Amino acid sequence: MSGPSTYVPKSALGRWFESRLPIAGLIHGSFIAYPTPRNLNYWWTFGGILSFMLVAQIVTGIVLTMHYTPHVDLAFASVESIMRDVNWGWFLRYAHSNGASMFFVAVYIHMFRGVYYGSYKAPREVLWILGVIIYLLMMATGFLGYTLPWGQMSFWGATVITNFFTAIPLVGDAITTWLWGGYSVGNPTLNRFFALHYLLPFMIAGVVVLHVWALHVVGQNNPDGIEIKNVNRDAVAFTPYATIKDSFALVCFLILYAWFVFQVPNYLGHADNYIEANPLSTPAHIVPEWYYLPFYAILRAIPSKLGGVIAMFGSIAILAFLPWLDTSRVRSGKYRPMFKIFFWAFILCCLGLGYLGSMPAEGGYVIAARLLTTYYFGFFIIILPLLGIFETPKPVPASIADAVLARNGGAAAQPAE
Amino acid sequence: MATSSTVEPTRRDFLFIATGAAGAVGVGAVAWPLISQMNPDASTLAMASIEVDISAVPLGSIMTVKWRGKPVFVRHRTPKEIQEATSVPLAELPDPETDKQRVQKPEWLVVVGICTHLGCVPIGQAGSRGDYDGWFCPCHGSQYDTSGRIRRGPAPKNLEVPTYSFLSDTKLKIG
Repeated sequence: MSGPSTYVPKSALGRWFESRLPIAGLIHGSFIAYPTPRNLNYWWTFGGILSFMLVAQIVTGIVLTMHYTPHVDLAFASVESIMRDVNWGWFLRYAHSNGASMFFVAVYIHMFRGVYYGSYKAPREVLWILGVIIYLLMMATGFLGYTLPWGQMSFWGATVITNFFTAIPLVGDAITTWLWGGYSVGNPTLNRFFALHYLLPFMIAGVVVLHVWALHVVGQNNPDGIEIKNVNRDAVAFTPYATIKDSFALVCFLILYAWFVFQVPNYLGHADNYIEANPLSTPAHIVPEWYYLPFYAILRAIPSKLGGVIAMFGSIAILAFLPWLDTSRVRSGKYRPMFKIFFWAFILCCLGLGYLGSMPAEGGYVIAARLLTTYYFGFFIIILPLLGIFETPKPVPASIADAVLARNGGAAAQPAE
Repeated sequence: MATSSTVEPTRRDFLFIATGAAGAVGVGAVAWPLISQMNPDASTLAMASIEVDISAVPLGSIMTVKWRGKPVFVRHRTPKEIQEATSVPLAELPDPETDKQRVQKPEWLVVVGICTHLGCVPIGQAGSRGDYDGWFCPCHGSQYDTSGRIRRGPAPKNLEVPTYSFLSDTKLKIG
């Protein structure tokens, strides 16, 4: 599919350059002539949206660092000066902080789409695992960035998260002291978090390159989960078809993003983070950013410190094993009647855990969190392996073209050429 | 002599392994400062111990002082609180320690005010001290008793007792 490029530059200079560094051919082969399945729906536009969000976060982030001071005595005031004094500072900061949330909105949709349509199945296991790595790096970057304003939630969030490492037997305390550069979260911690928050997005960009590379080796999955068999019948060129569709979806997404930035810029934040960090007083109710809430609920559902930390990290790590936990030979959930039910229950389970993560850890909330944590792990460890054995899938069309033609008016599929 | 089927290691094999080993040691030697720089620096380590005047702490209340960037609770316990702390059977405690092991003078309890779960500062204001009259951690619901021992919730250990000594009846040295 992504074989040797047939791209031929039109100008003599272009040919001269292409024979020395074939970058124009690479771009042409990857984003213009690249054959994309003709049945892709709008759930497939989130890869492009995520690329945009990464660039948006890097650009707004770099300009914010020109005004930010990573010091415990100055950080909070420097963020306030960005809000009040710096030209357009309020816009840059709100775009960056809400951009992180929109980045996670897009990545969650992208991931659930991958689960529903079986995008992790052979031959796309490495593509999927690279995606899990990007997601992990995003979580780390988001956490480090949330510490920088040095408000109460920044400080106590950083304290709780770094304390996860004290759960490690024997060396836990030494590792935590090493992470802090002291005996509690303090100035050395803030400084290194700032350095790492600047570094990680570029590591994400690097893994994104690998992710796109792996995608272009194995080709895109699609809603019917059938490989492209005949490029002329099953595929359309990336440009203009995918380019325009992605652009339209991006514009719709930007409307939502802009609504948050301009209308409710603090809706996804927490009021306590406008109080400067105070190491002697913990806010009555600390919660992480919304995109970590399901994992926070899992952490608190386990009545043991080490167990909770293991369950929380395990709930993310288990994603990397998904290609081998799902034993069904049918790729797309579209043709898996029982999988569909468990999938939507899994979505509700994740939303439920998110809600419980924002509630205090007491009484009925803890019991509900335990039930949903059980379903979360059960979905991966019990339901997916067994479904492949017990489920009777619906017949899968012979080709993408057949699937599309059958959908559009039920016309009989053309015989294969 | 060795049989013809075994190949004698040559001088080249030795040099190859020795070079590789020297390279590994070199990488390790350079990695060490890069990792060690993240540990607490000299100024953090040099943070001196502090002296605290405890004459102003009324019976039944708690003073919070900052030591090594962390809060330390100095609690002037009432006879009722001391009684509560000493009368609990050890079998009921998740992290069994007698009250005697945790205090130098029964009326003064000195503990680091960091929840042993995930590092929040437990609340000790009168009226919100939890079911055991000690401290209540707002983050994940751990409850401590009047000896700073964990009684219920996710925290695995009792509140840490720092190194301290009484310089006089009203002066305390922490650290």
